[in-house]
Amino acid sequence: MSTGIAKFKPGDRIRVRMDDPPGHIRTPYYIRGKVGWVERVYGEFLNPESLGHSGDGLPKKELYLVGFYQNKVWESYGAPSQDRVYVDIFEHWLEPA
Amino acid sequence: MSDVHPVSNHLKAGEQQDHEHPRHELSYHAKRVYAIRELLLEKGVLTQEDIQRQIDYQEARSPANGARLVARAWVEPDFKARLIADPKAACAEMGIDATSLNEFVVLENTEKVRYLVVCTLCSCYPRPILGRPPDWYKSLNYRSRAVIDPRGVMREFGQGVADDVEVRVHDSTADMRYLVLPQRPAGTEGMSVKELEKLVTRDSMIGIVDALPAVPSL
Repeated sequence: MSTGIAKFKPGDRIRVRMDDPPGHIRTPYYIRGKVGWVERVYGEFLNPESLGHSGDGLPKKELYLVGFYQNKVWESYGAPSQDRVYVDIFEHWLEPA
Repeated sequence: MSDVHPVSNHLKAGEQQDHEHPRHELSYHAKRVYAIRELLLEKGVLTQEDIQRQIDYQEARSPANGARLVARAWVEPDFKARLIADPKAACAEMGIDATSLNEFVVLENTEKVRYLVVCTLCSCYPRPILGRPPDWYKSLNYRSRAVIDPRGVMREFGQGVADDVEVRVHDSTADMRYLVLPQRPAGTEGMSVKELEKLVTRDSMIGIVDALPAVPSL
């Protein structure tokens, strides 16, 4: 599925940008600012931040499956430390960590 | 346009009503949807047949599709490998129309890892495979707690998870749609694919519980 132009590769450590722009955003608030790793590179998809406002979704954006340890996302996560949450995140929301 | 409930069975003028019927008030959003439907029909954009055909299509898609995929994957390792490598092609092979899914990912539960699917932002769901999502899947309660406390939510559904089993929650926030491939229940070795399909519930493919246990024959 990868198009080979992705900025990140599986295993790369990333941080989700801590930002709060107006509009239709598909990056959940709870994951912003959190550090995780790229699990898979899904390829390019239409940009929902454009589609959500009647735009054409272009240019397409690279989409990643990003993994996080639950106890790094929720301070109060009481369950075993190996538990994970995976979120599908577009490239412009990720920065190297 | 009136506020009369479009699906209620109203008496015609002149008919006598001999008992009280409960009044059902439409919500703001329901009124809006019905108003838009009336306008689309009035302006000839859609016909009543178009709407009925779409309703039939929505209703025809059900968890039975997912159950066929899972049961066959349990008995045929080669099919399971194809289902995981290219889920849409595996659907086509089974005559299941998954073409409306943008992308489709299968998550295989094992002894040590189990998956749970949620859409915290709305209600993204693999509809061609599982039909319409249950109301609880769309509830704010599930959408928030599935990521914060997945083990607690599973416990409420009757599913305990041992501490040495890793729980992986998938928040489907974009174009991917996720289907959990539950583990094959113990004691089902002699069962046919058709019998196995009955053990594969909708909830087991969301990942909230295991597939049903084999019922011992009496």
